[in-house]
Amino acid sequence: MDILGHLADGMLLSIQPLNLLLITIGVTVGLFIGAMPGLGSVNGVAILLPVTFLVPPGSAIIFLAAIYYGAMYGGAISSVTLGIPGASTAVATTFDGRPLALQGRAGLALVCAAIASFIGGTVANILFTLFAPLLASVALSFGPPEIFALMLLAFATFVGLGGDDIPKTILSICMGLVFAAVGFDQVSGAPRLILFNINGFLHGINFLVLAIGVYGIGEMLWTIYSTRGEITSTKAEISAAQIGRDAKECMQRGWKGTTIGSLLGFFVGVLPAAGATPGSLMSYGVTKMLSKNPKEFGKGHPAGVCAPEAANNSASTGAMLPMLTLGIPGSPTTAVLLGGMVIWGLTPGPRLFVEQSDFVWGLIGSFYVSNLAAVIINLAFIPLFIWMLRMPFTVLAPLIFVLSVIGGYAAMRDMHDLWLMVAFGAGAFFLRRFDYPLAPAVLAIVLGPIAEPTLRQSLLLSSGDPTIFVTRPVAGPITVIAIVLILLPALKFFRKGKPAPAE
Amino acid sequence: MELSKRMFIGLAGAAMATTMIPAAAMAWEPKKPIDFVIMAGPGGGADQIARFLQSVAEKKDMTNRPLVPNNKGGGSGAEALIALATTNDPDHTILVTLNSFFTTPLRQSNLGIDIQTFTPIAMMAVDPFVLWVHKDSGITTFEEWVDTVKGMDGEYVMGGTGKGQEDSIVIAYLSGAYDLKIKYIPYDGGGAVAKDLAGQQIMATVNNPAEAKGFYANGDFVPLLSFSDERSENFPDVPTLKEKGHDFSYNNQRAVVGAPGMSEEAAAYYQTLFKDIYDTEEWQGYMASESLAPLWMTPEETREFWKVQVARHQELLVAMGE
Amino acid sequence: MRLGEIITAGVLALLSIYMMFKSTELNIGYVRGEGPGGGFWPFWLSALMLISTGWIAFNWYRRTSPPSQSDEPVLDEYGWKMLFLVGGSILVFVGLIPVISMYGAIAVFLIYYLKFLGRHSWPLTLVLAIGLPIGFFFFFEGVMRITMPKGLSFTEPFFNVLYDIIY
Repeated sequence: MDILGHLADGMLLSIQPLNLLLITIGVTVGLFIGAMPGLGSVNGVAILLPVTFLVPPGSAIIFLAAIYYGAMYGGAISSVTLGIPGASTAVATTFDGRPLALQGRAGLALVCAAIASFIGGTVANILFTLFAPLLASVALSFGPPEIFALMLLAFATFVGLGGDDIPKTILSICMGLVFAAVGFDQVSGAPRLILFNINGFLHGINFLVLAIGVYGIGEMLWTIYSTRGEITSTKAEISAAQIGRDAKECMQRGWKGTTIGSLLGFFVGVLPAAGATPGSLMSYGVTKMLSKNPKEFGKGHPAGVCAPEAANNSASTGAMLPMLTLGIPGSPTTAVLLGGMVIWGLTPGPRLFVEQSDFVWGLIGSFYVSNLAAVIINLAFIPLFIWMLRMPFTVLAPLIFVLSVIGGYAAMRDMHDLWLMVAFGAGAFFLRRFDYPLAPAVLAIVLGPIAEPTLRQSLLLSSGDPTIFVTRPVAGPITVIAIVLILLPALKFFRKGKPAPAE
Repeated sequence: MELSKRMFIGLAGAAMATTMIPAAAMAWEPKKPIDFVIMAGPGGGADQIARFLQSVAEKKDMTNRPLVPNNKGGGSGAEALIALATTNDPDHTILVTLNSFFTTPLRQSNLGIDIQTFTPIAMMAVDPFVLWVHKDSGITTFEEWVDTVKGMDGEYVMGGTGKGQEDSIVIAYLSGAYDLKIKYIPYDGGGAVAKDLAGQQIMATVNNPAEAKGFYANGDFVPLLSFSDERSENFPDVPTLKEKGHDFSYNNQRAVVGAPGMSEEAAAYYQTLFKDIYDTEEWQGYMASESLAPLWMTPEETREFWKVQVARHQELLVAMGE
Repeated sequence: MRLGEIITAGVLALLSIYMMFKSTELNIGYVRGEGPGGGFWPFWLSALMLISTGWIAFNWYRRTSPPSQSDEPVLDEYGWKMLFLVGGSILVFVGLIPVISMYGAIAVFLIYYLKFLGRHSWPLTLVLAIGLPIGFFFFFEGVMRITMPKGLSFTEPFFNVLYDIIY
């Protein structure tokens, strides 16, 4: 009851006129920032600073939560309409969202994303409200071996994602993992793989550079080539009735994905080192595995949009938990948020809930309100995004290229990254021509930077003894499940005997 | 329509303003947004301080062009040093540094960075280091800690931000001075280190008070030893290593430097700016609450300080086998 | 296609060999008591890449993968022309950024693409090519506080005026 009372106070605070106004503005701005490839909620914080000096800290953090939610919803918009994952959390959304858009069903994909995001966010909010302290202690019990085991599991859920050509899939995964190792070796503290001794590689290869290169440039060139530039894009209908029908289809075909995404996403998001990206990837993989027709995934199944979107919203809410309860950032955005709290004179950490309970509950209350505002505003803007897709392709294509370049620069502010992006784009175009699957490389470059350090930290802990992954109580079961999942397809492969030689 | 008209008037007005006032009549002022490079990734201690400085400048409206934070943490800050050394606009590029300002050019000599070419602007503060353990370990004094580490014979696990980083230098010194064998696990930031100490994945850390503050307030972390010259006001009961008879103290500098080749007028502008920020109530309050110690220096003193620090870090790095 | 398949595999093999070579700058072995060295991860994964390219080459030899059976050209005439006109223009676009600033390069790229590839009308072209960079300028520099490349120094007076407006 105590919790409900606090929560009610918090919500009342967030529906005060000033705060409600801030939420509306924040969600709208966040939606567009998130929809821009290369920009994400981290950048939204930049807008915050000037606002902070005009309103009290309580309102400022509510504004921030609104931007955060808006940006999370916005990530899916870029994945669906432009085919470029604007943030690593939205990679899995492109797998089915893009095919739907190309079939003229962008509306369905966007509606699915909005509804699933709302449900994911709500589920996460409820779990957050009820179990915050308990979950914080679970988060602490995850050390490097546990996180590595989790990464292994994330890879395992994606075994089936590649194309039919096994060596090309393996190559793609390895390439992503090697690219992830470029820049800096955290353990020895030495620069590593500074390719051709170009200093630009010192900061590593950013996920966005590869993702925008592959999807924004490579895939766009491929689309122009394979359609002979004839496509006039989607003819999707824009009407309230259509949105209603889409919502119904989304609920019927996507509820399972939404449920899996909401729960799995939250638990993975709560772990400080993991965050929303592995959460959304695993939810997609698990949903596909449990589906009756896994073959439909990747070709435009609504559940393939629902699962990762529910998960990334849920996880992003979950990522707030270690920040608020422990004072530890679960993602770059929460890291900047944390800095903001310090600037406002609050001490993040275990005492925050006790000493600043008004502030904390105001924030949690605003999560609920922001989430509701975000789904309404997002649904209202869907016709605009579909209208954008109806532009002639010779207008849409250059706009996508321009967004790719300006977004690719905005991410790291380095010309080197732009050249690299163009190179990846050209490479992706040709690899695509020869049937190399590229999604595995993009996933690998996201998971690699978490997997490698945790692997090596674990082995340092155990003095080089790899059994640490199976003997620890939490890591053990996760590792075993992951290995079984990885071996399953291989077993099938060998039982069938060698694939029939050259038909 | 209304908007474009207003913009036109603005444009015309601005154009007149820039042409009519002779440039020489005014003191130097930035003409573009100031590239405020941070030698670390987003979220860490250095980043927080940089953003705090920026927010103070913004709040008090102290600059006519904004400070734009730009995180360049790659290669232990090598990326940031290269960005400054090669900038084509040294008058609008400044850097927030930590001690990797000294160690990175030493460890990566192929970069060809000479920090003496950089322009001193301000030493905002120094951040002390403290040795922390988890309260469940039952250790309450430094002597107990030394005994425990010796008793574990190489199985004692500490976390930090990586080999060659500030905390590893301190740990290396301790290991040498007390003949300790410690297993050192590198993490990618002070926050991650604090989290794994709270979860008891690791047994002790050497961390800045700012990063352990929340857990300390909650009673989870116990401070054993500080590496400052004198006891800190925030931790009056924590002894220093100097009191234990070792002539060693170590701090992380929180300083602002300008790009090599910055004009004197621009340097003077930034020196005044950061002196003003230093004197604000906000910064003074921040230093107190985050346990930072003041160490204000003039530009000449700063250059002298750099020389001493480079020589000292060279010794420390050699001693730890780097 | 058949020739292209083996060339692509060859290029990837070269890339993996180069990355293996580059990884050896750090320890690629398994250090007793510490686990893998700094070069371990990239070296052995690059090695796996190299093995994969070998496998791809083997499939090529056996003619089991679709591209290795196909007689189609890698790209037809339309494909090469498209790659030159569209892909090349992106290259020029990025190349222009350090010269005439991000915003200038966007304007030039849009004029080229909309007018000469898209054959749209001048009014539409100009509205987009001028409006978009200005919109981006206010969005990135003013609101988001992200500074974009300003090009060579001759663009400076122009941007100084714009900065006077937004700050």
